[in-house]
Amino acid sequence: MVYVPHTDAERKDMLAAIGCRSVKDLFADVPKHRQFPDLNLPGPLSELEIERELRHVAQRNTSVEASSCFLGAGAYNHYIPATVDDVLGRAEFYTSYTPYQPELSQGFLQAMFEYQSMICRLTGMDVSNASHYDGATSLAEAVLLALNATPQSRSEVLVSPGLNPQFDDVLRTYLRGTEAYVVAEETLGLKTGDLISHLGDKTAAVVVQSPNFFGQLEELDGLANLVHVAGALLIIVSDPIALGLFKPPGDYNADIVVAEGQPLGIPLSFGGPHLGIFATRQALVRRMVGRLVGETEDVDGQRGYVLTLATREQHIRRARATSNICTNAALTALAAAVYLATVGKRGLRRIAELCYHNSHYAASRIEEIAGLKINPKSPHSVFFREFVVDLGMPAEGVIQRLNDDFGIIGGYDLGQAYPDLANHLLVAVTEMNTRQSIDRLADALREATR
Amino acid sequence: MSEATLYEKSVPGRIGIDLPALDVPEAELPEDLVRADNGLPELSQIQIARHYLKLSQRNYGVDSGFYPLGSCTMKYNPKVNEMIARLPGFAELHPLLPAASVQGSLAVMFNLQECIKEIAGFSAVSLQPSAGAHGELTGLLMMRAYLADHGEHARTQVLIPDSAHGTNPASTSMAGLTVTEIPTDGRGNIDLEALKAACGPDVVGLMLTNPNTLGLFEEQIDQVIELIHGCGGLVYGDGANMNALCGIVRPGDLGFDLMHFNLHKTFGTPHGGGGPGAGPIGASEQLAPYLPGPIASMQQGEVADKAAYRLQMPERSIGRVSTFVGNFGMFVRAYAYILNHGATGLRSNAEHAVLNANYLRTSLKNAFPVPFDRTCMHEFICRGKVGKSPVRAVDISKRLMDHGFHPPTNYFPLIVREALMIEPTETEGKQTLDAFIAAMLQIAQEAENDPDVVLSAPHTVPVRRLDEVKAARKAIFCDPFPDAEFLSRPS
Ligand SMILES: Cc1ncc(COP(=O)(O)O)c(C=O)c1O
Repeated sequence: MVYVPHTDAERKDMLAAIGCRSVKDLFADVPKHRQFPDLNLPGPLSELEIERELRHVAQRNTSVEASSCFLGAGAYNHYIPATVDDVLGRAEFYTSYTPYQPELSQGFLQAMFEYQSMICRLTGMDVSNASHYDGATSLAEAVLLALNATPQSRSEVLVSPGLNPQFDDVLRTYLRGTEAYVVAEETLGLKTGDLISHLGDKTAAVVVQSPNFFGQLEELDGLANLVHVAGALLIIVSDPIALGLFKPPGDYNADIVVAEGQPLGIPLSFGGPHLGIFATRQALVRRMVGRLVGETEDVDGQRGYVLTLATREQHIRRARATSNICTNAALTALAAAVYLATVGKRGLRRIAELCYHNSHYAASRIEEIAGLKINPKSPHSVFFREFVVDLGMPAEGVIQRLNDDFGIIGGYDLGQAYPDLANHLLVAVTEMNTRQSIDRLADALREATR
Repeated sequence: MSEATLYEKSVPGRIGIDLPALDVPEAELPEDLVRADNGLPELSQIQIARHYLKLSQRNYGVDSGFYPLGSCTMKYNPKVNEMIARLPGFAELHPLLPAASVQGSLAVMFNLQECIKEIAGFSAVSLQPSAGAHGELTGLLMMRAYLADHGEHARTQVLIPDSAHGTNPASTSMAGLTVTEIPTDGRGNIDLEALKAACGPDVVGLMLTNPNTLGLFEEQIDQVIELIHGCGGLVYGDGANMNALCGIVRPGDLGFDLMHFNLHKTFGTPHGGGGPGAGPIGASEQLAPYLPGPIASMQQGEVADKAAYRLQMPERSIGRVSTFVGNFGMFVRAYAYILNHGATGLRSNAEHAVLNANYLRTSLKNAFPVPFDRTCMHEFICRGKVGKSPVRAVDISKRLMDHGFHPPTNYFPLIVREALMIEPTETEGKQTLDAFIAAMLQIAQEAENDPDVVLSAPHTVPVRRLDEVKAARKAIFCDPFPDAEFLSRPS
């Protein structure tokens, strides 16, 4: 193989140095009857052939113009500034690993320190880790933290009905390893406010997503107080673009903030790798999960950065660690940092405003269509970037028509996650959607629902 | 010289990108919910370009030089795979599009699942987990679910060798199970007698890294697996070291019930400064129904080569462990890597990884004691101790930086004092290994003759030795907030 540089002569020299006749001899410990299986694999292919093959495969995915995509539901079509991939393409960054040796890793450590700084400010929290796998696993870990930080008798996790259903799924999988359980939509009404009545001495954590899965901002005023008086922790699932414009969870006294960081310059990439954002209060830092970069000095008194508070982590604390995480999502966190630095204070606010106004314009155009209703269950809620349309007919067929006849990706069929919402379409509108493309969507929806 | 931070470089009024003008009517904003300031820095694009270029120059990757970080398989990451993962057909694809629109991506997933099944000898593979540790947690939850379905509620103990990586016990705790540590014997194998004694009706199973973290293949692997199965337990394989086994032996053939694979180690996807990786998990026939999903499946089409792919939840799945399908961008790279290598190439990787490790072991063992000195697999452990010199493993590591090398893994596995864990990988040639050997031997001499130069290393990198204790004490985890005004949180 081209990536194995050994020549025959070198192989011979090396074997001689080892004192061994053939490479096969090095595998004497492997049970003889199982050695050297014949693997039935494709390839080997040359670089040119792989590229040709995979270009062909990629073409089997439908591509649409970015401005004609109105699908969100947890993964969003936002602009990625050219600076982001330029930095991500630096091999000094992407071919390195966890900075266990800080003297050779100051670049990444500083970038992560700056990532943590920007996430703290965006969320209004004191401390951010250096990334988790994705938003859903960040949430699951936040709930585990809350279970560990509250007395063992507390085993209830109250989850707001507006939580992304895939986050809910991942959380439930993680809770299989605990005695805890979720109290959620099966037993609750459709309002976050209803959660309060379930607060009690069994509650360990309350999880509220805002903007929620349907795009609506939840009522957070006073919530933390109630949760804290009940002895539980408040976990807010946030959105980093919304934080450019709206008050952060820290303002509402949240204990832990998690979010999916994909909107921050990370490609959709059919679902991953994305980025788990995780931030909390100073008081919980020793229970926090994941890598944390701290500032320090070298022996000459120069400023530098290291991984710190490692006594929380698996490589030191083993079975008593706060989490098992090792490999994280450093490179997508770097993407987020470059994104945030590039758009900056005014840019992120501008992008959030574009999402807000574009989505409201789209909602107003769609509302003009006879029979279609916007956010039917909560018409007065504030929404951001995303909203629900009651189509009065199955969303699945409408989505198909928008795609086949108009080349538009119309949104998410809510029936996929909620059987009683089969007539409901979730529409996401970002800065990528032009006025023209929104008008086209409205016209196409009129046709497709006629 | 330290580099100023983004916040220190920030100048009010700057912005790094032009954004489109609003071309729709403005909607009313709920003023009571809007924040005054989002706290981000303000920089021009040239500042950003220079900032990150400078930071990159203060970082060391595989492309910078030899990176023998044991247990991490820091091999070369082929460039073509980076290019392929960025093809718009993959990179710009939304994960929730209908199956008919994403047949290419589903084909990649299905084919990668099939390749891993074949390479490792399992019945089914799920690509959901995002890293090795994530795969471990997944596997333990599957074992729990499987045993519960068979009425085996009393099983709570997970047997883990004392040489295991920290993620193994940490994952066990997260899965709500208890660790029983098994010692290592004098040859670096799991202690068979101790294992026998621990086997019983309370055992969920064994988590085994093979080759283990000493870089040694378990000499009694057949007996070990028989013992566990004999007491009704399951065997989980930590696949961190699979690079040594591709084309050499299939863990499924050896009797492993479950195993994760680190695509960021074995299958050449870059480590990204700490991640993202991917940790697909393979399962035997009896455990396959419990895999997390969704998983890609294929239905033969009416036309011979027109297969149709879709996503499916395994029958008794423990559920999702990630949103969407997991780290798809890594699947594309790993699939391209496997296509590129084929069966012969993967076997050649394992052979050369093992050849390189044994070459280094043989060349260094007279200067640095090798505690379990037998033929190793893809890595080996030596002690960072030289005679009576005060020099320790960490000092040797720092001194290696002055020679332009990344140090090996330090102080792991925990059972070897002053451990240096060296994994050269197959992509390093003899010249590089010889240069590394020469550096190590020179450091061994310095340790005896001029220990101060080693104790005070590094001397030639941008910062000197950093004070980790001070970092924990100072507890500065973000740029100071000089303008706390945007924080209106009640205290
Ligand atoms: C032996 C071993 N097990 C498990 C892991 C954890 O894998 P990951 O970092 O992908 O979570 C590692 C990672 O370095 C490892 O070396």
